[in-house]
Amino acid sequence: MEMTREKMLMEIMAVDFTLIDLNLYLDTHPYEQKTITHYNNCIQKAKILHENYEQMYGPLTPMSYSKCPWQWIESPWPWEKEAF
Amino acid sequence: MWIYEKKLEYPVKIKTCNPKMAKYVITQYGGPDGELGASVRYLSQRFSMPTEEAKSILNDIGTEELAHLEMVGAIVFQLLKGVPPKVLEREGLGAYYADHDHAVYPMSAGGVPFSAAALQSKGDPVADLTENLAAEQKARATYENLINLSDDPDVIDPLRFLREREIVHFQRFGEALRIVEERLGEKKCHFVKKAE
Repeated sequence: MEMTREKMLMEIMAVDFTLIDLNLYLDTHPYEQKTITHYNNCIQKAKILHENYEQMYGPLTPMSYSKCPWQWIESPWPWEKEAF
Repeated sequence: MWIYEKKLEYPVKIKTCNPKMAKYVITQYGGPDGELGASVRYLSQRFSMPTEEAKSILNDIGTEELAHLEMVGAIVFQLLKGVPPKVLEREGLGAYYADHDHAVYPMSAGGVPFSAAALQSKGDPVADLTENLAAEQKARATYENLINLSDDPDVIDPLRFLREREIVHFQRFGEALRIVEERLGEKKCHFVKKAE
């Protein structure tokens, strides 16, 4: 169970990192259609991964639905080694 | 504005405590070439940037630096976690423990608290972007020194990631500088400050 959460989180981190790097690249290469298409594909993949993760393991940002009690405060927080 | 995401940019999972290493790594948290300074530098400079590319690259790299600040903080936190005060003292962190216990405090490896004196926000885009090229190289060099000081793959792995990001940022700032210089050199464009 915990391995699955960790695995899903790592998958999210990988695609989100691709987005961070492409974002910076596109800031200085705003006319590269091919890269923008790649970026858009990654966004789609990231959205699905985020949604799946949040449904199973709770919010990745406070901007999502919560059960009671407020799920955002649940551990682990990212700086704790239990998070990975 | 920013919205927090409950994940690191790259995982930090350190199995073995090492207070001495924490004392060195903390310099990238609050030292002169650290991530806090980088973030404040870029997020401050962005307000006076003249082109869309330069505004966005400073905004977005400044944001990524906050994620790096968090990673460095996580490394320090995990390296110090649960280490008894006597061991901290033996490893050269007695003074740190006296002032900060096991907390993460922004300072250099030499113990100098974070200072904005190590960064500039000049209002001149060429000056600012050129400073940033140097800043990224200084941070890269610091990460290399830290990697040389460590023998723990759990510590070296995230430090290598952070080092690589400095190189990417250097590249992006170089491109932004080229764009700004081209734009400033165009005859029909005048990015001259109005006399007030």
